[in-house]
Amino acid sequence: MDITVTVNGKTHDRLDDEDGPGESLLFLLRERLGLIGPKNACEQGECGSCAVWLDGVLVNSCLVLSAQADGCSVRTVEGLASDTAGPLETSGASRVPGTSGALHPVQQAFLDTGAVQCGFCTPGMVVTATDLLERLPRPSDAEVRREMAGNLCRCTGYQQIVEAVLLAAERMAGPASPEVGRP
Amino acid sequence: MQVLRPQSWHEALAARSELPGATPVAGGTDVMVAMKLRHFRPEVLLDLSRVSGSERYRIGPDSVHCGPRVCHTTVAERLHRQLPGLALAAGSVGSRQVRNRGTIGGNLGTASPAGDLHPMLLAAGADVELSSVRGSRWVPADGFYRDGGGTVLGADELITAVRVPLAAGPQRFQKIGRRQGLVKSLCSFALTLDRGQRRIRAAVGAYGAAPVRLLAAEQLIEESRVLYGAGTLPAALVAEFGRLAATATTPVEEGAEAGYRRRALAVLAARNLTQAWAMFLAEGHDGHHRDGQRQDP
Repeated sequence: MDITVTVNGKTHDRLDDEDGPGESLLFLLRERLGLIGPKNACEQGECGSCAVWLDGVLVNSCLVLSAQADGCSVRTVEGLASDTAGPLETSGASRVPGTSGALHPVQQAFLDTGAVQCGFCTPGMVVTATDLLERLPRPSDAEVRREMAGNLCRCTGYQQIVEAVLLAAERMAGPASPEVGRP
Repeated sequence: MQVLRPQSWHEALAARSELPGATPVAGGTDVMVAMKLRHFRPEVLLDLSRVSGSERYRIGPDSVHCGPRVCHTTVAERLHRQLPGLALAAGSVGSRQVRNRGTIGGNLGTASPAGDLHPMLLAAGADVELSSVRGSRWVPADGFYRDGGGTVLGADELITAVRVPLAAGPQRFQKIGRRQGLVKSLCSFALTLDRGQRRIRAAVGAYGAAPVRLLAAEQLIEESRVLYGAGTLPAALVAEFGRLAATATTPVEEGAEAGYRRRALAVLAARNLTQAWAMFLAEGHDGHHRDGQRQDP
């Protein structure tokens, strides 16, 4: 079966699902397109390491049949940095190695709070956190913990990850209280 | 393996009729896991994710008509006013990623005894539409699950809609697992009160071989006629409600001992009856919900 899928704005067509029609979107992204940001971990929808957006909806790509992604638009963690290359040039964000792009504010916040240890869960964490902040720009601590519940980290104990999401929220949406910053 | 991708119910039902052995798949949260974990290799997958309109819902005067691919996120976040109980159950499923993919029809079709929607579909009095090339039939949730597990879905049928009555009073849902989220429920309980009809419906999931209504417990409350009053519930009545709930069916031993499940269900039933009753009183007897929204004079 030929599959056509647009990933991070680039269309890939006539992808033959050579592993058999039962292969997952995660397999297609990693093994066929070389996008190794989405990680292959639990393969049962419990850890969130493979989180991507399918037509704008946050999903675990291990639970999506590649055939179901045919004709769809997929956004992966690899698509985040270039999204915001322009505005962040002036805000001291880190450059993405080997490119002219700057990191997404969520990626930058993960660096700044030390929310990365072994790094295996980080792409999924960053994607899920970005999805959360696109829906809920000013989440509470409890909301972050609830919304990130589908992403497991076996290193950090989560505290720095929650701090990273809250820091990114502040940087992206501005100070929490309307009183702050008023003359 | 072959993947069939019907675009309409007409095509989907024709495929189902020709290949009854094909495995229907929508959100993939059950089928994909089975393929990975249990090396389940169906010869044919019937992918329903392209069936036009199957992800939509329609709010009617008495009920919400859901396409079977309405996902848990939609139920939890868009239908919480019309279907507060089902929204609680749907919101308790897995993680956001899983709720974005898992569907109401998939929950019914897989009919895992631990599926989180089952007890509330029973307690809310939902009906399930089963269709085939021969025609369609509506089955009440009560008659959908088989006693020993599984469902009455025929080999040539697909779930084409779920109709859930609008809430007519307080609704409660609670589940217990080894931790708060992302784990198979060890006992789930749903309760609805119908303010106008003075009726109660209660059901349990993740308990016996199949989710079931708790008829004796319901009958106890209805015969006590407390739903016609506005006082406190007698403690003895609440305790008896819990006791009858926990003896309605035999718990399985999977994941927890039967005694644990009995105790858990008695507690969940009593606690949720008490909470639903508090909501019943707080909302008043005039049918108006006092949900904290200011009303203009």
